[in-house]
Amino acid sequence: MDLKEAVRQYVKHGCHLSIGGFTINRNPMAAVYEIIRQKIKDIHLYAHSNGQGVDELVGAGCISCLEIAYGGSGKFASTCIRFKKAVQEKKIKIEDYSNYQMSLRFLAGSMGIAFLPTRSSLGSDIINRWGFSREFRQENPRLPDQKLIVMENPFENWCDTKKIVLVPAIIPDVTIIHVQKADVRGNCRIEGLTFADVEQAKAAKNLIVTCEEVVDENYLKSDPDRNQIPFLHASAVIHIPHGAYPCACYGYYDYDPIFLKDYAKAAGDDIQYHKYIQESILNNSTHDDFLDYIGKDRLKLIAADKDYGYAKNLVR
Amino acid sequence: MGYTLKEMMAIAAAREIQNSDVVFCGTGISMLAAMAAKNINAPESTIFFETGAIDSKLEDLPLAVSDSRIMYQASSNGGLLDSFAFMQNRFTGKHVVGILGAAQIDIYGNLNSTVIGDYNAPDVRFSGSGGACDVASFVSKTIIFMKLEKRKFKLKLDYLTSPGYLDGPDGREKAGLPEGGPYRVITDMGVMGFDGDSKKMFLKGYYPGISSGKILENMEFNIDISRAEKMDAPTPGELTLLREKCDPQGLIL
Repeated sequence: MDLKEAVRQYVKHGCHLSIGGFTINRNPMAAVYEIIRQKIKDIHLYAHSNGQGVDELVGAGCISCLEIAYGGSGKFASTCIRFKKAVQEKKIKIEDYSNYQMSLRFLAGSMGIAFLPTRSSLGSDIINRWGFSREFRQENPRLPDQKLIVMENPFENWCDTKKIVLVPAIIPDVTIIHVQKADVRGNCRIEGLTFADVEQAKAAKNLIVTCEEVVDENYLKSDPDRNQIPFLHASAVIHIPHGAYPCACYGYYDYDPIFLKDYAKAAGDDIQYHKYIQESILNNSTHDDFLDYIGKDRLKLIAADKDYGYAKNLVR
Repeated sequence: MGYTLKEMMAIAAAREIQNSDVVFCGTGISMLAAMAAKNINAPESTIFFETGAIDSKLEDLPLAVSDSRIMYQASSNGGLLDSFAFMQNRFTGKHVVGILGAAQIDIYGNLNSTVIGDYNAPDVRFSGSGGACDVASFVSKTIIFMKLEKRKFKLKLDYLTSPGYLDGPDGREKAGLPEGGPYRVITDMGVMGFDGDSKKMFLKGYYPGISSGKILENMEFNIDISRAEKMDAPTPGELTLLREKCDPQGLIL
């Protein structure tokens, strides 16, 4: 199955989607661009801090509802620009949680449990203010009736804890992650930080994995302690070198500062941004075409030094 | 030796960090302050990131908390669940000093990094909590970077993203939060602390060339300035290490 087919089969209009990665690292950008090319709309997106991927999906008009902890792309956009604009213009509905809460929500989904507790956000407006109204929640059978619930510790004062916040599980229709190594059956090895990818992958009904390298099954099985996701979760595995570009992929390549700066510039202006979408994404029918359009020289600049996992001398 | 206000801020924050601290940091100047502490006055301090890297070597300045530069030669690379559990854990969380930033702050050190205006129809939308609310909820001390401006030091926040002392001395306990809370606010004119009894912000020090009065002019609320002292300028030694070891490419400074 290629990426076009996987997106066509699993990412539907109105589906509940989550994407892996964090701000400008290991977002599944090839899949994000394919979703934009296929003009899939009305997506309900779950994100913790998946900066660049979220911003491009929002910017292309694919998202109607967003549950998120953080919309930022590091130094390149302290607040993601199209995300900011879409919220200010009320083009998307948004619900705010914290990063830990979103991670726990994916974990709860992966465990098959309805919620998990934390002490985070007590006394804050994350508890008091809801982006999705009660009515909206009640009308939507895919959403819990409440954003979260504060309750007394049912074990009384056990662990010196009086109150806890319960956050509801997330069960995406599909999660898409980009990993360094996978085999054809879908065993995955993530190198460097896993972020919340493992929980996101295991919470979903379907999992699309894109990877830098498809390796032999025996290769992963010879060192199983380093494999985080067993094949049983995967619905599709697709070999996409530079599949996280323009984000970084530890051990393989860095983020592309030139792209991200140009993106931030274009994102600030509607006409420039539409031009960006047309020329960079829609005019290139595959990720390979997109990479050709970016050019080999640029990819050379961000190639990771093997000893470091990033491009040591990259001008940023 | 001349210096910029950004350099003063990074050094002022670094000076607050001790060898036994585990420093949680975000992007930009907070990361630089953590690196400065490690290179200048607290070489034994440990830097860690919400994304799951603990004790990163940081040979090069990261530009995001997901930057591959934080993964290089860390003591352990995990995920978000690991890092927040570390802070929520009653034994390890105690040692954490969180460095945060925000769009607005009030007298009790509560922070807004979500919206200006009405939450459901905001004039300006910011990134949102990320891990900031988690850090502010869990850890024993936070250091907050703020530009000193009236629109940022607010009588009332437009949205309370990250809890400080909430509404006063017993605010955190009433809400059910663990002990802890804001410790310092590092601004471009001076440094604030929080009174042990009232939990209200007070002026602790002002930078060379700045007066207490000028600081008050740039805030919507009044704070006690009676304890304020003039702070030392960064030393040539501090500046050299900051410039040459922490940010030689001038990415933040």
